[in-house]
Parts: sequence; C-alpha cells; structure tokens
Amino acid sequence: MPNVMIRKNDAGGLLFYVAKKDMEETIANVETDTADAWGGAVELTDGSRWYIDPVSPRPSFPTTLRFKRAE
Amino acid sequence: MAAMTRDETQALIQEVLEVYPEKAKKDRAKHLTVNDQSVEQSKKCITSNRKSQPGVMTIRGCAYAGSKGVVWGPIKDMVHISHGPVGCGQYSRAGRRNYYVGMTGVNTFGTMNFTSDFQEKDIVFGGDKKLDKLVDEIDTLFPLAKGVTVQSECPIGLIGDDIESVSKKKTKELSKPVIAVRCEGFRGVSQSLGHHIANDSIRDHVLHNRDTDSAFESTPYDVAIIGDYNIGGDAWSSRILLEDMGLRVVAQWSGDGTLSEMELTPKVKLNLIHCYRSMNYVSRHMEEKYGIPWMEYNLFGPTKIAESLRAIAERFDDKIKEGAERVIAKYQAEYDAVIAKYRPRLEGKKVMLYVGGLRPRHIIGAYEDLGMEVVGTGYEFAHNDDYDRTIKEMGNATLLYDDVTGYEFEEFVKRVKPDLIGSGIKEKYIFQKMGVPFRQMHSWDYSGPYHGYDGFAIFARDMDMTINNPCWKRMQAPWQKPAADDASAPVAASA
Repeated sequence: MPNVMIRKNDAGGLLFYVAKKDMEETIANVETDTADAWGGAVELTDGSRWYIDPVSPRPSFPTTLRFKRAE
Repeated sequence: MAAMTRDETQALIQEVLEVYPEKAKKDRAKHLTVNDQSVEQSKKCITSNRKSQPGVMTIRGCAYAGSKGVVWGPIKDMVHISHGPVGCGQYSRAGRRNYYVGMTGVNTFGTMNFTSDFQEKDIVFGGDKKLDKLVDEIDTLFPLAKGVTVQSECPIGLIGDDIESVSKKKTKELSKPVIAVRCEGFRGVSQSLGHHIANDSIRDHVLHNRDTDSAFESTPYDVAIIGDYNIGGDAWSSRILLEDMGLRVVAQWSGDGTLSEMELTPKVKLNLIHCYRSMNYVSRHMEEKYGIPWMEYNLFGPTKIAESLRAIAERFDDKIKEGAERVIAKYQAEYDAVIAKYRPRLEGKKVMLYVGGLRPRHIIGAYEDLGMEVVGTGYEFAHNDDYDRTIKEMGNATLLYDDVTGYEFEEFVKRVKPDLIGSGIKEKYIFQKMGVPFRQMHSWDYSGPYHGYDGFAIFARDMDMTINNPCWKRMQAPWQKPAADDASAPVAASA
C-alpha cells in the first residue's frame, strides 16, 4: 500500500508518483472521476493497475493518497 | 572514427561484458544500453539505482556525501558537524568549491570542518555526551552560527547513538535549531539516498518555521533557485539572469544559501529546480503543502538558456516575458562571439560524460552549441526518472552507462576514442595517462562558473584549452618515437 503523490503535469494530466520507487507515470484512466468523488480503479500509461476507495469530496491536487496494487 | 551504428555499439557492450563471470555479466548488462530515442520509459532499457557489484571499481559516494557534501554543506551560516571519526569530514572538506560570501569562522562556516572526532572510547561508551559538549562549544566559539546540523557518519548508526534526543535537547537550550540528520554512509546504494534524507530533514525541521509569520513582504515575482550549489559561482551567474528578467530570487538552495532563505522559500511563487535528482523531494513537498509549482530548467549553453528563460517567463506575466527576451538579446553579442571564436576549434569533437545528478544530460546542449557531440553519457547515482529525461537529449545509438565500473569505462574509451572525457577526480589521472584530454566536471576542474551566459564563455575556453592543449602531441618519449622519423631527417638535410 504505497503512498502516492498525485500531481498535475504541464499538459493538465495527472501524474502518479511513488517516492519509494521513483516511479512517475501518467494516469491513463480513473474509474470514478466526478465533481464530488475521485478514485476507484486507476490505470497508468505503463499498464499497471492500482486501486483506491473513491475519495469524497474530490481531493484537490497535488495531494498524497494511499493506493493498493490491484490484482 | 565515424559515429557508431546501433549494432556496433551493442557489440561493444557485449565485448566489454565478456570478461565478467556469468552472474556479474547478467547484472551489469542491465546497466549498459544503446540509446534509442523512441523508447518512452527508461526502465525498459536501463536499470539504475541498484547496489553496485562487489569487487568492481564503482565511482559512487555514500549517503553522508549526499547530505553533508551536497545538500546541507553549502548552507553557509550553519555549522555542520561531521559526527563520527575525523576522516569523512576532513577528506571531503571544501572539495566541492561551493562559493559563498561572508567571513569564514565568524558568520559563515562553509569551508571549515567540524567533527566530533570519535575515538575508541566513544564507540564503546557512546558519543552522545561528546555531541552535547560539542554543540555547547560551537555556540560559545561561534555565536553567530544560526544553527547546527549533526551529519552522522557510519559508526553513529552502528552503535545506536540517540542523536535525535541530544539535538532536541540542545535546540531548547540554545534556542536555535540543532538538526539531527541520519545520513550514515551505509544507507542506500549511493549518495542519492543521502539527498533524500537531507531533503526530509529540511522538510521536518526548517520549512515550516515561518508558517505563522507574515512579516515577509512577497511580490508576484518571487522565485527560489533550488538545486544550484554555486560551484565556482554557478548560482551567481544564474541569479543575475533571473534578476535581469525582473524576477526576485528569494532563496538559493543551497549554494551561498542561508537558513533564513530556506525558511522563506515556502513564500515564493515558483520553485526553479536545476538539480532535479538532489532536490526534487523537497520541491514536491512544497508543491503539496504550500501549492508552489516547480519546474526544471537548464542554464548550460545559449540554446538551453534561451529555452529555459522563455519557459520560466511563460509562468509569469508579459513584463517577465519581455524581460526574458531582453536578457537573451542583451547577451547575444557576447555568446555569438564565444561561439565564433571556439566553434571552429572544437567542431566535430566527441565527448564522453560520466558525472552525477544533472550534468550528464544538462551539459549536452552546451557541447552542441560548440559543435561538439556527446557520444556516451552516464550517471553515478541516477534513478529511472533521470534516464527518462536523458534519452531525449542523447543521439540515437549512443552509449548509456549506469554506475559504470572503472574497467568498463576504460574499455569504452579505448574503443569509442572520444576527444574529451568529462568525469570526476578518480577517473582524471587514469585517462590523462592514457593520453585522452579530460575535464573534471564535478567541480569544473577548479574553474567555473559554467552556468549562464558568463559561464558559457568560461566553459568554451576551458574545453578548448583542454582539447587543443599541445601536451597531447607529446605523449611519447622522444627516444620511443618510430626510428623512421629520425633516419629520414638527416637524409633530407644532406640532400
């Protein structure tokens, strides 16, 4: 369950940064992305999948969240 | 020699790996690769930030070097204690040439060495009492020191001293920060973890100090220079460009920097990061906690400087954008003259680099401005995100080597035959004895600054005086020259 910092990149996309692993990937797809919640299954551009229970209200980025590795 | 093709470079790597035992070969193969610009993610082609192989000659440093030597060391108005035996501090003292202004020993302490000089009894009975006394002595002798950091060396972690509690106690007693930094040399695989530990200690003990204090008057143009260690005056030659543009530089991290500047950094509008590797952690923290955006920039060589200044100006209003154009135009005559003078002398020369945090990719632009080509590059302690950024900067089919060993580097040089090598002091004399021109690129070979337009002129001069030095034609003793030359000379004279 790594701590992940989510921040916006210059293009407006979301970056998924795991400090311990020096991993920085763009988020390709978020399951729940509405005005009042954000989260669910998250897919990154490198194909890996992560999960977080939807956060409500929608967090303002940058922020640090705890993700689970999906399957 | 013409540029190598992809297959040739791959064959060279295979050939160099041939001498290793099976297991070492398998491991080292992951750290050497041929650059392919089409690869988006470096982790697919190169492994980095792994433990070095036992028995090979690695060129890395330790966590203490990353914290005391790089991040904390240049903070000039604090005393940095090398806590442990005397050697670590003494042999690295002032070696990085982080310039600063101030009266050393009165209000600044950059080039001094403070150590607790551990002896056998301190190892046996613990050194906490000694540290306590040492901090008191520092406070008596150097009352103008704004704070103290305790940079632990290996034995502190091994014997389990509680430097945190001593530091906490002394912070109260002296009412100035005494910061324990757990940067024992054995932590991590290279100095990189030392950077991280130092960043974290700044985050925990420094950044929030003025959160409730609004006395500092900020302007919309406040920026901080992060990750510029003022080697040979680098930060100063960067700072004048930013100030010329109309920005206000509030803090320099950490070359010529002070504790108070670091405390004020959370009040700036934009963090400018030069060395991404050593300071990205604290910049990310400031982005999250204070909402300060950060961006990387590169002030090596006129092409990259212009690119960077424009990119920085993009973040501000028209006044700054105009300022950036004005600065670029102001220096144009100067750098055009530098290129006109040195480019003909350096055109087409090949360079191999093997340095630390940002230079293996940042300097490429400066060499290209002089018509030179970087044919191989590598980092001592980079992580994958550094290689992500490097792949785009390097040409196709060039060599990339991570944590290169002494043997591999020599073999690469023998085959690629570069006209110049830029690396550290441990490599310098080996390659000079092999007859290859060499610049020590960690502290600019006792020259500098190399940042900014002023630095570019010095950079070009230094490269020229190294490559075109007449000594490289005198590598063979006169009596070892081929006999044919001696025989033909008298005949020609008599004929």
